[in-house]
Order: sequence, then structure tokens, then C-alpha cells
Amino acid sequence: MTITEKILAAHCGKKSISAGELIEANVDLAFGNDVTAPIAIEEFKKTGAKVFDKSKVMVIPDHFAPNKDIKSAQQCKIMREFACDQCLSNYFEVGRIGIEHAFIPEQGLVRPGEVVVGADSHTCTYGAIGAFSTGVGSTDLAAAMALGKLWFKVPESIKFVYNGKLKKFVSGKDLILYTIGKIGVDGALYKAMEFTGPVIDNLSMDGRFTMANMAIEAGGKSGIIAPDARTIKYVKERTKKPFKIYSSDKKAEYCKTIEFDCSKIEMQIAFPHLPSNTKPISEAESMKIEIDQAVIGSCTNGRIEDLETAAKILKGKKVHPNVRCIIFPATQKIYLEAMKKGFIKIFVDAGCAVSTPTCGPCLGGHMGVLAEGERAIATTNRNFVGRMGHPKSEVFLSNPAVAAASAIAGKIVGPEVKK
Amino acid sequence: MISGKAWVFGNNIDTDAIIPARYLNTSDPMELAKHCMEDADTDFVKKISKGDIIVGGENFGCGSSREHAPICIKAAGISCVVAKSFARIFFRNAINMALPIFESKEAVEGTKEGDKVEINENTGEIRNLTSGKTFRAKPLPPFIQKIINSGGLINYVKEELAKKK
Repeated sequence: MTITEKILAAHCGKKSISAGELIEANVDLAFGNDVTAPIAIEEFKKTGAKVFDKSKVMVIPDHFAPNKDIKSAQQCKIMREFACDQCLSNYFEVGRIGIEHAFIPEQGLVRPGEVVVGADSHTCTYGAIGAFSTGVGSTDLAAAMALGKLWFKVPESIKFVYNGKLKKFVSGKDLILYTIGKIGVDGALYKAMEFTGPVIDNLSMDGRFTMANMAIEAGGKSGIIAPDARTIKYVKERTKKPFKIYSSDKKAEYCKTIEFDCSKIEMQIAFPHLPSNTKPISEAESMKIEIDQAVIGSCTNGRIEDLETAAKILKGKKVHPNVRCIIFPATQKIYLEAMKKGFIKIFVDAGCAVSTPTCGPCLGGHMGVLAEGERAIATTNRNFVGRMGHPKSEVFLSNPAVAAASAIAGKIVGPEVKK
Repeated sequence: MISGKAWVFGNNIDTDAIIPARYLNTSDPMELAKHCMEDADTDFVKKISKGDIIVGGENFGCGSSREHAPICIKAAGISCVVAKSFARIFFRNAINMALPIFESKEAVEGTKEGDKVEINENTGEIRNLTSGKTFRAKPLPPFIQKIINSGGLINYVKEELAKKK
């Protein structure tokens, strides 16, 4: 069996399962945010139930929080009252939390071998620590909150093998953009994407989170990386709860195996308006694409390693006069660490706006919305029409090094050729 | 029986096109309906009539998990979505909240904007009344039919909770 099949089997009380089977699996964590949870709460109330386990249900104010207007304040209020009524043990307010997909693993609230459902498509992020985690809608979340279980079709797995050695500045973001560019935005539709190979073994946890995070951009149900010593160290530093490590059998069945020679992979830019519309940085640079905004952060690239990369490039430099550079650390803990390490000072000295943790800019919600005709380079995850603001604005996706270098240059460039 | 005019869209219609995030500070269906498909076709809600059908290509509803997408489609008066394939979260959301969806490559390829289409929800038979052609949607797995027969996922949950008592 694959790691995904093993985790799902263990959660539905079966010794063995195979792809295509319909199962009801117990969930270890079910959560939503200020966009999705209010609908889930309304549906949940119709069942008349109490949550199945108050330590395994979370509602997280991160999308329009800190509340951008009265309507979003109402949404957060619904969650706050629900958390209080149901006595949820892990409810955190603005100022003590951050973006859900950075916060949950950072706090040890998810562990390897678990099954997690979140009413947010980027819930697939926790595959980075070897959990089966997938995004669902609000009604699914309501059902999971009531029953502690949810139906799944056991996904087929695609095995991705990343061989070779990464070039300088090529990161987890570039690998996942390259992968999506190769297979398309529906290249892994309904499938589990299993990331393997020597390059993954050497990849930092932050890089692994970025890769699993964007599995959904290839249509994937989940992304997963088998836990290794690095994973175990990361998790044990954050939780005392026991967890189980799974890995795929040598004879596990995959619907496809795709190998990449990473030595040849350049930094990647996803052009508007699909994450699969990728070009290598050398080609993007030659097009001299001027930008109005650079956005560094999000559940994809707002972790400490991402900020460190950006800080190294922005140190002693100034953001181009025509560019607004917005940096939003993904959690309060990351914010504080960035402050202690001097990154925040570097950003402010360079002329960047450093924002409190929020999903705001990534989805064109608030804190960095684009006007008609404006263009942004962003370390976020989607560049659909209107994603960051006006339907006639454009978003180019990149890693943090490219976004920082481009902020300085005023156009899309790689870090080595910054002015 | 579903019957309406077809509105045809391309591949990879994402949830930001169906309901842009800038409107997600509310979950009021009627408010969301005002902006249905806005970033794919600005005048969509002005043009449609109650009962009309959305026809999409591959990977319809990709992107975010927002249930606001099927909610706004339903609240705008659209009776169902026919597509070559659906993104998985959109698929689940539509089933869970009883927005009928039909998967058929042939039906999508055989339908032009403005065609009059009739669909039998029970058999999955899709008839293009304009061209006179008939297609058949891929049948739903029995487990999913069970959820639909319960009247959506929440009713299914109620049945499960009642069993526990």
C-alpha cells in the first residue's frame, strides 16, 4: 500500500484498502476559517449535535481578519460564539494566531499519520509532515464536526521523484511550480501526490510545506511526503502526543511515476492566469515585465526560511520607487522570530510594508488589493483572474528570492541580477 | 426534469471566477448570487433566466474550497452544471448541498451557447432540444446517491446521529 492508503486504512479500521474504495474515515482534526466556518456552523446547528471532540475542532480567523469591515467582523463573531458555546480547546484570537496552514503544524496541532480535513483548499499542506490532509467544503466540515468522520474515495497516488541537486535559489516553490507546469492544473485531479527522491530528502521542512501546500493547484486531493528524521525532529519539538509514522511499500501501486532531474530546473514564474502557466526565470527576465507590487508571505511562502531568503536580498537595498512591497509573516511566532533575527528591520529599512499575519493580500481580500491594470509578483499560490483584486490586474507567482529581487528592480528578475 | 438555456464556459473555470473572494465577507446566498460568474462573464447574472444551465469544460470549480461557489450558482437560479470534469472539492460541495451536477464530455462538446437543454436527473439523460442529440452523464457511485437520497449531507448526518442514540 501507499502511505496514503495506509493512513486511510488505519482510520477506517481496515487492514488493507485500495484506490477507488469508498470509506468513512475518522478524522483527527476538522477546522474552518472566517470564510468557510460560518456556513459550516449554520449547517452544523441543523444537526443539533455537539462537536465530536472539542480538542479536534478548530475555527480560525485569518482570511479577512483582522476584520476588514463590518460584514467580516460578523463572520468572525459567529466563529467566536461557536467556539465559546462548544468549549473548543484550541480557539485563538487575532494577535495570537496567524494563517491556519502555518499555525496548525507550527503549534503541533497536527501530527504524522493523522487524517485532517479543513474547509480550505490549502489544507493539503500537512502532507509535508506525513499526514493525510485535504480540503473540503463547509457542509463536509459540518458533518465532520458532528460525527468525527467523513466519507472519502481512496485516491490513486502519483509518485513524483526529484533527482539531482538543486541550483542556487531554487526552492520547494520552484519544484512545485515546475511540477504543476508539467502536469497542468488538473494533472493530479482527485489524486494523492507523493513527493519523493533525494532532493525531497534534503529539502527543509519549510520547503516541504510549500510543496504540499500547492498540491491542490494541480487538482490534487492531497500532497504527501513520508516522514524522516527531519520530520520527526520538527514534530517532537512541538508536541508530546504520540504519533505513527507510515511509508509506502516498495510494491505500492501508483497510477503514474514521474521523475525530474532537478539539476536542470531553474527558478520558476507562473504567468497569469494559471499556476501551470510557468516559465523559467531566464525567459521571464528577458521579457522585462514591470511590476507595481511585490507580495511576500501567505500559507505557501510566509515561513521563517522564506523571510530569511527575502531579508538576505533586501538587506541594505531599497524597494524600487514604483513598487509597493508587502511582507506578511504567516504567524505571530514567525513574526517574532523575524523580528529577533533582524529581518523586520531590514524590510522596513528597505521600504517594505510589513503586515500582521493574514490571508488578506493572497486572495485580494484586503491589505494589498490591486487596481485595474496593475501587476504583482507574489509568493502566494494562485494567479487566477481577479485573484488579488481587479479582474484586469495580473499576478505572477514566484519564490521569495525572485519576489524580493523584483521588488528592488521594479521588474521581474532573479536574485543574482538585481540592480 | 431540468430544462433551460445553456451558458457555455471553457476549461478550468475556477472558484475565483465563479465567486470572487472580494465578495466572501458574507455567506448570504442572495448577496452572493449577484456576483455569480462575475469574473468569467461580467453580465452573466443579468443575462440568465431561472432554470438555465451552466456548461463547463474540464476541471470546473477548481481552486478554493469555498462553498459560496455552488451556493451562488444555485441562488442565481441556475438549475445545474454540466461539465467534462469537476474539481473534487467543488464536486463534493455540490453533492452536499444538492446542486445537481452532470459529467459528460460528449454533452459539453455537443452543446452551444443558447441551446435548449433538457436533463432527466434520475437517469442522467441529457437532451439537446436545439440539435436533437441525446447524451448520457456518467452515473454517480451508489454511496453518493445515498447522500442525495437522504436530501444532502446534513440529513445524512442526522440519520447517523439518530442511529447512535
